[in-house]
Amino acid sequence: MIVETQLARFDSIALESGACLAPVEVAYQTYGSLNAAKSNAILILHAFSGDAHAAGIAHETGKPGWWDNMIGPGKAFDTDKYFMICSNVLGGCQGSTGPASINPETGCPYAMAFPVITIGDMVRLQKMLVDSLGITRLLAVAGGSMGGMQALEWAVTYPDHVVAAIPIATTARHSPQQIAFNEVGRQAIMADPDWSEGNYYSGKPPARGLAVARMVGHITYMSDESMREKFGRRLREKEKFGFDFSVDFEVESYLRYRGSQFVNRFDANSYLYISKAEDYFDLTQGSGSLADTFAGVKTRFLVISFSSDWLYPPYQSQDIVRVLRRRNQDVAYCELPSNYGHDAFLVDVAEQTDVVRGFLASTARERV
Amino acid sequence: MDAAPETAHRPFVGELLGRSDFAIIGEIVEPKSKVLDLGCGEGELLAWLAENKGVEGRGVELSPAKAQRAIARGVSVYQGDIDECLADYPDHAFDYVLLSQTLQETRQPLEVLRGMLRVGRHAVVAFPNFGHWSVRLSMLASGQAPKTRLFPYDWYDSPNIHFLTIEDFDALVRKEGWTVERCFYLSGRRRVTLFPNLTAEVAVYLVSGNRASPTIQES
Repeated sequence: MIVETQLARFDSIALESGACLAPVEVAYQTYGSLNAAKSNAILILHAFSGDAHAAGIAHETGKPGWWDNMIGPGKAFDTDKYFMICSNVLGGCQGSTGPASINPETGCPYAMAFPVITIGDMVRLQKMLVDSLGITRLLAVAGGSMGGMQALEWAVTYPDHVVAAIPIATTARHSPQQIAFNEVGRQAIMADPDWSEGNYYSGKPPARGLAVARMVGHITYMSDESMREKFGRRLREKEKFGFDFSVDFEVESYLRYRGSQFVNRFDANSYLYISKAEDYFDLTQGSGSLADTFAGVKTRFLVISFSSDWLYPPYQSQDIVRVLRRRNQDVAYCELPSNYGHDAFLVDVAEQTDVVRGFLASTARERV
Repeated sequence: MDAAPETAHRPFVGELLGRSDFAIIGEIVEPKSKVLDLGCGEGELLAWLAENKGVEGRGVELSPAKAQRAIARGVSVYQGDIDECLADYPDHAFDYVLLSQTLQETRQPLEVLRGMLRVGRHAVVAFPNFGHWSVRLSMLASGQAPKTRLFPYDWYDSPNIHFLTIEDFDALVRKEGWTVERCFYLSGRRRVTLFPNLTAEVAVYLVSGNRASPTIQES
């Protein structure tokens, strides 16, 4: 399946902060075909560093999508049955309008003049895209991590436009620990002299800071157990310690590699803006009452957590599920066993495939 | 799938999904009702009730593997502990709350039963009868914790932690002021009526609570 990224352009979008972006573009891909009733559309929502390229092989790069193991013919999100849409989030750097985009007022990249955005703003832009595709009601919205936050936001903001939601490895509000890790990432970027208050687009990007931010991120995506399995204390291309500060351990090599790779595909300012959107995320809008938040929501839910995910621990999913059960809403919940930590929703997909496939099939059946 | 067998007035009950207590539950649950199945396993009964009786079903299952298979079957199952999760459902959220052969495995059976009658208008409870003659005989003859076809486990690896007989259940119903709407006593696929506490292997009760004072759910 060769896929291409498309671009939709809208005149403007009003943001939660009170600011307005005009114009605004959103990069997206679609897989499968929309049925005549337009009732088989599923919106996939990407995580922090994801993009619109969720599945298939990219026409531009030849690379598979970030959730290609979940989306495709016969897979959990079966493109023979469903019309799949995935878009790059607002504030991103893979085609949608973000801090690296050109500010029409200045003719230069927005950089830090880009307005602060929220998960709600991301979802509002997605709604504009879905509307423009002529789809009034999505069969499902689904995503892991920050994608799960968007799925929850969709269900709460557009209850009549979403039949089912699948929030995976996520939370209804970012916890102090989650904010703390994001802040370390932001500080790493901003401490890099190359960051230059965000104005690096004509020069050298803050590659060292961004790489360190990504290294911290990767640690939080794995688990103690998966790191022991994957790296142990093995040394990298040496028999004994170097007694210097070059790479000794495999795990150091891995983190440095992932950090340096990330710099090639991600904009440091997008890192700042998107991580801030995550930290601001609180589905209750500060009221603290999830029960009130879900009032009027009739969406069917499948909530999934992973046993070894310590970044978005299962208790955060259970908090969501408990409130839905108190409201006697239709919710399925399971904690899938996995050693892969937070990354599990991307890599350990056998059981996730079974539950998602069954949940979607019954949702589609009941909808008829 | 099999049709719900007519069981109520026959000496032999059929089987539904390989179980006679399911056959009875399949018959007594009204079409289009809302059902919560506690300890729903892989969701076979809920799936059957949804397909054949238009029931809106929910399940609770402790085993992650079973809960996954139930969700994969399309049933809305919560992976969690019966003892802990009942408190979260609002009063009378369901028409029926089912507990099939799991009561003896719960830590606080009385709290579970009270919770069932708060959450549901009716509770359907099926349990293995510890008063069956084979259990009594096994214990009398061997002097050891009974091991029978019905209770096949050694004392140290049994999931059953609260044993009860039909007499015990009837006494509890009287004490709590509940109403038995229907009850069925089974020996294999045969219905028994004479000395059920000696002859029945499994009892299935349809019970309703004292509706006057539902406890108020904190939110």
